[in-house]
Amino acid sequence: MRSVTTAIVGAGQSALAMSRYLAEASIDHVLLERGEVAESWRSARWDSLRLLTPNWLNRLPGYRYQGDEPDGFMSMPEVIDYISTYASTISAPIETHTEVTGVRSVEEGFEVLTTAGEWKARTVVLASGPYNQPDVPGIAGAIPPEVTGISPAEYRNAEQLEDGGVLVVGAAATGVQLADEIHRSGRPVTLAVGSHVRLPRVYRGMDIMWWLDAAGILDERYDEVDDVVRARNVASFQLVGSPARATVDLNALQEVGVRLVGRLAGVTEDGTAQFSGSLSNQCALADLKLGRLLDSVDDWATAHGLDGETEPAERFEPTRVPENPPLMCSFRSLGIKTVVWATGYRSEYPWLHIPVLDPKGRVRHDGGVTPVPGLYLIGAPLLRRRKSTLIDGAGEDARDLSTHLIGHLDEVARAF
Amino acid sequence: MTSTATPVDNGVNVEFLTGARDALAEQPEGAQFAWRVTNTWVRGTHSRSSVHGYFGLGQEHTHRSEFIFEGDHPEVFSAEDNGATPVELLLVSLASCLTAGVAAVAQNRGIQLRSVNATLEGDMDIRGILGADPDVRNGFSGIKVSYSIDADATEDEKKALVAQSQKRSAVYDIVTNPTSVTVEVN
Repeated sequence: MRSVTTAIVGAGQSALAMSRYLAEASIDHVLLERGEVAESWRSARWDSLRLLTPNWLNRLPGYRYQGDEPDGFMSMPEVIDYISTYASTISAPIETHTEVTGVRSVEEGFEVLTTAGEWKARTVVLASGPYNQPDVPGIAGAIPPEVTGISPAEYRNAEQLEDGGVLVVGAAATGVQLADEIHRSGRPVTLAVGSHVRLPRVYRGMDIMWWLDAAGILDERYDEVDDVVRARNVASFQLVGSPARATVDLNALQEVGVRLVGRLAGVTEDGTAQFSGSLSNQCALADLKLGRLLDSVDDWATAHGLDGETEPAERFEPTRVPENPPLMCSFRSLGIKTVVWATGYRSEYPWLHIPVLDPKGRVRHDGGVTPVPGLYLIGAPLLRRRKSTLIDGAGEDARDLSTHLIGHLDEVARAF
Repeated sequence: MTSTATPVDNGVNVEFLTGARDALAEQPEGAQFAWRVTNTWVRGTHSRSSVHGYFGLGQEHTHRSEFIFEGDHPEVFSAEDNGATPVELLLVSLASCLTAGVAAVAQNRGIQLRSVNATLEGDMDIRGILGADPDVRNGFSGIKVSYSIDADATEDEKKALVAQSQKRSAVYDIVTNPTSVTVEVN
């Protein structure tokens, strides 16, 4: 059995940022990766996917984009290349093709079982990422047999879908992007919309992420937000990283012909889809939230003397809500041949044999510090900051957590 | 924003509610409630419902007193009109739930309410319940709710109160989403 001070599960941006800070503190560590560096970006991603953040924003500790298109959006091969280059730049000690199969507490630390041997580690950092496992709801099992269900992990491009109508369930980043792409392929899309976060791609001439970054909104801490439980469950922004810097809010989707219905609330035994009557309120909530966000952006711009420097403040047309969206409809009458479950992702820890999971299977933590001394989580929604799941957020979270981890090691050392 | 130092008081104990939320997140079994109504036919379309006991927080409770609700059909249906129609009672439920939510959300957001008034209208094509046209549903074709709120808040803040109240409302959820109903005869 090999010994190491810190075992990091995963080798994505969060794991690498952690590695960088641990190396700086001369703490020996290893990154245990089931596949290759940036594995989640390699597998289970559709062809057209690009990052939602412009290139200049993808900063990592001691590393940033140096190409010719700072305002562009990386495709997946570019993301993989970007993160892999970072891994070699910092000489991260990665064991690839080493899948973690068990982690348990032992005296003075943890025992980590992998498909390539066992490790004894004094500390463990869970960095396997939040977007590995599509979170498909139970009602997926109730759709009629002639309708094909597909998760975003299986989706590559619209051509793989049968001709005919498509129901996209969920209107976060994945749902709006796939609805747009699939509808443009000639397969009429019905989009089931629940709680969502509306954003324009460009505001006052600047990328919306520039505003969120500059005004400090992405830096807002988990212990400062009003309701962290709610904030951690908020859907991802309705954004796409396209060269045209297109906005993909519900108005834009309706302009290309996508039909909106309420949240898919149920499927009856005879194959009738039941859509929630809450669509207008979901849209009203998203419009109001967008208004509040733009208010704070504008206040910040005024306070920083940018009012003459950028384009003037603007407000967007309220979301157009269809008059009488269908509430109960058979898949046949809607012409639906395929259902895309864009209902989010979750993390699974079947190999974590330490009682730190809540009743919903999520790791309990306070800003990434779990109740078990020496066990950390990194790279989860609003782990420590709003940007915790952005590439740009990995660095600061890793700096904070590595500091905590070093403090833990010192404390243990002093106790002996 | 007001400069007054008077604490916001809409009569809602928000500290209790947030405390309960935190406690019940850890003990979901305590969060299981059962609400009950008993109903007795009187005559014709007139029936009387009673609300008294309910279960929650792991034990039985009773309301401070028994509440009685009369239900009937109106005279245009050739009935005696001894009480509100059942669909009107549903609008009563929706209104009560949304208004309670407005008060709670306002308290939580530090907004002092002075008055809250709502008008509800449920549109119905009664050919559905008469069985005159199988394409017409029995229930409402739509419900319109209109709030007027006097409070220390901007128009957008008031809209946000009402929107958030809908998001957290039990009756709004029951009305807008399907619910499994099991009816048995003993």
